[in-house]
Amino acid sequence: MKPLLLAHFTATSCAGRGLDALLAALRAGRGGLARCAFERAALDTWIGAVAGVDAQPMRADLRDFDCRNNRLAQIGFTEDDFAARVDHAVARFGAARVGVFVGTSTAGILETERAYRRRDPQSGALPAGFRYAQTHNPYSPAAFVRAYFGLRGPAMAVSTACSSGAKAFASARRMLDAGLIDAAVVGGVDSLCLTTLYGFNSLELLSRAPCRPFDVARDGISIGEAAAFALVERAPARPADDAILLVGIGESSDAHHMSSPHPEGLGARVAIEQALASAGVDAAEVDYINLHGTATPTNDAAESRALAALFDGTPCSSTKGATGHTLGAAGALEAVIAALALREQLLPAGINTTHVDPALSLAVDYVLTSRDARVRTVLSNSFGFGGTNCSLVLGRVRS
Amino acid sequence: MTRVSAFVESIGVLGPGLRDWPHAARVLADPAGWTRARTVLPPPDGLPSAERRRTGPAVRVALAVGHEAAAASGRDAATLATVFTSSGGDGHNCHAICETLAGDDRQLSPTRFHNAVHNAPAGYWSIATRAMAASNVLCAHDGSFAAGLLDSLCQVAIDATPTLLIAFDTDYPSPMREVRPIPDAFGVAMVLTPDAGPGALARVDVRLTDAPATVLAAPALEQLRREIPAARALPLLAALAARRPASVVLDYLHDTRVAVDVVP
Repeated sequence: MKPLLLAHFTATSCAGRGLDALLAALRAGRGGLARCAFERAALDTWIGAVAGVDAQPMRADLRDFDCRNNRLAQIGFTEDDFAARVDHAVARFGAARVGVFVGTSTAGILETERAYRRRDPQSGALPAGFRYAQTHNPYSPAAFVRAYFGLRGPAMAVSTACSSGAKAFASARRMLDAGLIDAAVVGGVDSLCLTTLYGFNSLELLSRAPCRPFDVARDGISIGEAAAFALVERAPARPADDAILLVGIGESSDAHHMSSPHPEGLGARVAIEQALASAGVDAAEVDYINLHGTATPTNDAAESRALAALFDGTPCSSTKGATGHTLGAAGALEAVIAALALREQLLPAGINTTHVDPALSLAVDYVLTSRDARVRTVLSNSFGFGGTNCSLVLGRVRS
Repeated sequence: MTRVSAFVESIGVLGPGLRDWPHAARVLADPAGWTRARTVLPPPDGLPSAERRRTGPAVRVALAVGHEAAAASGRDAATLATVFTSSGGDGHNCHAICETLAGDDRQLSPTRFHNAVHNAPAGYWSIATRAMAASNVLCAHDGSFAAGLLDSLCQVAIDATPTLLIAFDTDYPSPMREVRPIPDAFGVAMVLTPDAGPGALARVDVRLTDAPATVLAAPALEQLRREIPAARALPLLAALAARRPASVVLDYLHDTRVAVDVVP
């Protein structure tokens, strides 16, 4: 595929607001998970909540969009001068030539959960002031991005469960290549809600401890929340030496089961192979793999089998120990972490993991302590419910 | 103005008083013969019985139109990339989850939860057809059909991938219905290809526009177009049914629409 330029990027999660905080946490092996004390969730689990989201005021002209999900997105825009860079792109290309592609799994459904507790006792009606389109609908975070920046280009939400934030880049790439747009705000935003907390609890997939991806004692996920965005353009013919490029994308379906991965990781392997092929790189050229690594026994086993078919000793980690599993935002958050690994020449550790499962690490080198390294090519995996798989390959310009 | 093109190889339709594409094509050509009636959702083909029992209306309408379009194209559904697009998920399932979470015992059933993901129909489709190809799942509120059309056309045009577009919506029960009044289920599917095969119905050339959306002359069909987001495809379906060159504009976002030139 034709490479895309990640002209600018930002991320906010429980591991920190903005790139400096995220990078400091990754370097230090620090995470943001804490015991769950969210809303009415009476669950013995750990979550990755971003502090201060409820205190974040919505911009006055955007109050119709007020909900935790859009507040989190707005926090994201204010970090790392992201808003200024989008404004610059609008000035350069025109508002109609900037697209919006946002991954989310639950958007602002928390607002609907709250509204259902305040139904009219007689009629059962939802409370006045409940705004379906701007909060509940899956498109609401994309509409919010578009309104926040005054964009007039095409916009869509991508909602493929836990691969959403990665697949948003795939849709953006197609539309940039087709020439319908010149730049795109691409990313993912997903926020805590009872639907996902009780939903994953029903599947017995929540860990009672901070999640331990690829650990021999891994026993489930820790749910987090995040807003991660990139400003994406077609890469110039001669990108700057320090440019971060999206060079490969692979997408596949398991065609196996709604909530369990293919046991051999077949769909995951197809996505990884396609991503490498579209990037024109061999598996041996990958310097770091940011794993999907949710820390459920079956997910990590399936992913490791996909890796074992393709890699030999490649450094890898799941950063979900630090951020939690941010679901529809995870693909975007981890694309940003991949970009940081390239920018900083860093292999970020997978924290909480102490005893890497020997059955999972045959083909890879699971990074337990962050370390500097030569990082030119990074693979980021995102897989989700319904058997949806997406792998991204990011790279630095080769000298 | 940049255009993106593909060939429409086949179509599937299911909606209120609309049984399939041949029936819908007749109705669009002669609306006087149409009687609106509640959409009849068939049990989904291709799924094991345990999976079939777990499916709700969103999966049923999506799979019905997807199967019709795939069969009419003569292609193996397993080889087609898919783009699903819907303004919401399974409204009844969503309502049940919100009711449970508002109560004292907030335990959900696993099936409720996995049916709540926006890509549940895409997951069931890949299981039913054994399709391991790329599958995207989109939403753009009332403009979801146009968003899906744009994404699938770009996939066809840029990657030369034959792609099955499946757009659908289902109703919400009360009290969500009062804030999102979608009255019934509607689905439309199209196999879109980079080359004109022998059975291609038309080429479609698509561009963004700020021109107003095409309205349907028949009031009852125009009402359907306005009531169900996926039915915003009806002006395009009417043009395809007429088998004559035509230009239509489809609703997308409040300030941006999609112009489609239909070249049979």
